Amino acid sequence: MPKTKDLPGGIIIDVGSTARNKTGSWRTFRPVVDLEKCTGCGICEKFCPEGCITIKKVKGYDKPKCTIDYDYCKGCLICMEECPFKAISSVVESK
Amino acid sequence: MTMHEITVLGRGGQGAVTSAYVLAKAAFHDGKESQAFPFFGVERRGAPVFSFCRISDEQIKLRQQVYHADYLLVLDAALLDNVDVISRVKEGGTVIVNSTHAPDKLKSAKGINIHHVDATNIALKIIGKPFVNVIMLGAFASISGLVSLNGLKKAIDEMFASKPEVAKLNKKATETIYKSMKN
Amino acid sequence: MAREVMEGSQAVARIVANCDVKVIAAYPITPQTHIVQELAKMHADGLIDCEFVNVEAEFSAISAILGATAAGARSFTATSSQGLALMHEVVFAAAGMRLPLVMVIANRALSAPINIWNDHQDSIAERDSGWIQIYCESVQEVVDSVVQAYKIAENKNVLLPVMVCMDGFYLTHVYEPVEIPPKSKVHKFLGKFNYPYKLDPKKPLTMGPLGFPADYARLRKQLAEAVWNSKKVIKEVHDIYAKQFGRVYGDGLLEVYGDGSIALVAMGSVCGTIKDMIDKDELKDVCLVRIRTFRPFPKDEIVEVLKDRDAVVVLDRNISLGNAGAVYLEVRDALYDEKDKPKVVDFVVGLGGVDVNKATLNYVVEKARTVKSGHVEIVDGSEVSSSY
Repeated sequence: MPKTKDLPGGIIIDVGSTARNKTGSWRTFRPVVDLEKCTGCGICEKFCPEGCITIKKVKGYDKPKCTIDYDYCKGCLICMEECPFKAISSVVESK
Repeated sequence: MTMHEITVLGRGGQGAVTSAYVLAKAAFHDGKESQAFPFFGVERRGAPVFSFCRISDEQIKLRQQVYHADYLLVLDAALLDNVDVISRVKEGGTVIVNSTHAPDKLKSAKGINIHHVDATNIALKIIGKPFVNVIMLGAFASISGLVSLNGLKKAIDEMFASKPEVAKLNKKATETIYKSMKN
Repeated sequence: MAREVMEGSQAVARIVANCDVKVIAAYPITPQTHIVQELAKMHADGLIDCEFVNVEAEFSAISAILGATAAGARSFTATSSQGLALMHEVVFAAAGMRLPLVMVIANRALSAPINIWNDHQDSIAERDSGWIQIYCESVQEVVDSVVQAYKIAENKNVLLPVMVCMDGFYLTHVYEPVEIPPKSKVHKFLGKFNYPYKLDPKKPLTMGPLGFPADYARLRKQLAEAVWNSKKVIKEVHDIYAKQFGRVYGDGLLEVYGDGSIALVAMGSVCGTIKDMIDKDELKDVCLVRIRTFRPFPKDEIVEVLKDRDAVVVLDRNISLGNAGAVYLEVRDALYDEKDKPKVVDFVVGLGGVDVNKATLNYVVEKARTVKSGHVEIVDGSEVSSSY
């Protein structure tokens, strides 16, 4: 919250602070997509609790594929759990 | 400052509360200050129900219930069997009962004026139903002189604005009672 | 403008309809029912151009109008007793979020035993919430206070919710002459509701964020100061309203009636009965000090009118269980620093609809002459003859 001048009731008009907080640094495990196996079905996108997955066009493939925003992905691996094609695996993040 | 207090006693569903409300409106149309309120209870059909009205020449500030009325209207004479009406009237006060005859129950009452009017039969004749709550005010107006017949008619029109036929018959019956008591 | 005889509840509905209210959400409860009934009827008849949200309980009612107000719509609700208790959580949130809601409380006792009749326990239980509370003596004052409430609440230096408290049955169910200020005049007085921080997808903002300890304390301090400072605005709005509409209620915070050396301090409709007795000289050497706004508490103002009296007799239509009546505790506290402070005593009267009649008031004043300062007594009605 801005400390200098509070608005009534702590209303925040300087919105977007969540975007500044790059939660990707919290990660222990990093989900990795095998683009060969990925069919772009979109199940991972629906399950991702952080909204970090989008199914979109990637280089070298005709069909859209799973892409992960590593700036915010916390590494919960729900995507890996839910992928019906076992296209997502995990590696330990090197920090 | 003269203020008069009126109590209406009826049975739940008989319209005692509406009666007090009409009276307050009528007095106001006559240029007086008025206030009406129900006894603050839980109404059950058939149980005794009280409602109250104050009429004054000046602004009414008093907000306690009416304990000893100047006038008490009884909409159903059978209520005299289980309600001690006399204890609710001031000395020198007046009781007006809807009854075909002078009620025996009140014969012994001293220092209180007792009137009766056969409102039920007048209601049956004119309205076709035993609605006496409003038309008893005709008797009250006639005996007390505290409200005018015109004031009552205006108040009835206002109260039954959405039911002009009900208003018309009530006004007619009220006037009939008013005139019969004058004679 | 002409007066008309109507029921207190109907008068509330009529004035709300004239306040350019955009959203109404309410759930019926005795003795508030007729207010909601009348508003619903007016809405169905096309007499109010607003959203009428049928909710399943009071918690939803206040939540709906909290949201509506946040979105910039002037809103209204009304409740009583258990309904207000059910709203409790959102009542505090509304003040903390600085949303200018207006709610009419038809004052009624709280369970148990279950009781539908009048006392002030319901709204007194919300006194710490940050809402402004106005207690009214007559139907006319309720009508005028609803208009004033929107003006006070929406003032940019206030931005606080307001409860307009009317005694259940005594004011909700009474028929008496009342003037309903016309729409055009009320609109002009209030102006358009222009909440400075309303929810708008084009200009996103965050309301009701998490407050970490330091943030929370700072914002509660901001809220506390806003409630204290609202006194000035309440008085100003009262004065401007008085000029335009011709009705005065003391200085907006307090009203003093008569000049006896014994001060009866009270709130709500019972003040009318006290005034009637003072007019007729039925209470010897007694004056009435009527608290109109209990929140913010007019501390300095009350000290000024009470410090030189011989005795201060507080009538509480509530009790803070384990201590004494809430009004008494605050009046007594206010007088603490005075040198020759008067005797202060408390009578808890009219709980659960016991009629506070002339006999009760006589009893209280006579008893007050004989007891020591600090006397607290609950008058349950058995002390006085029921057939006064």
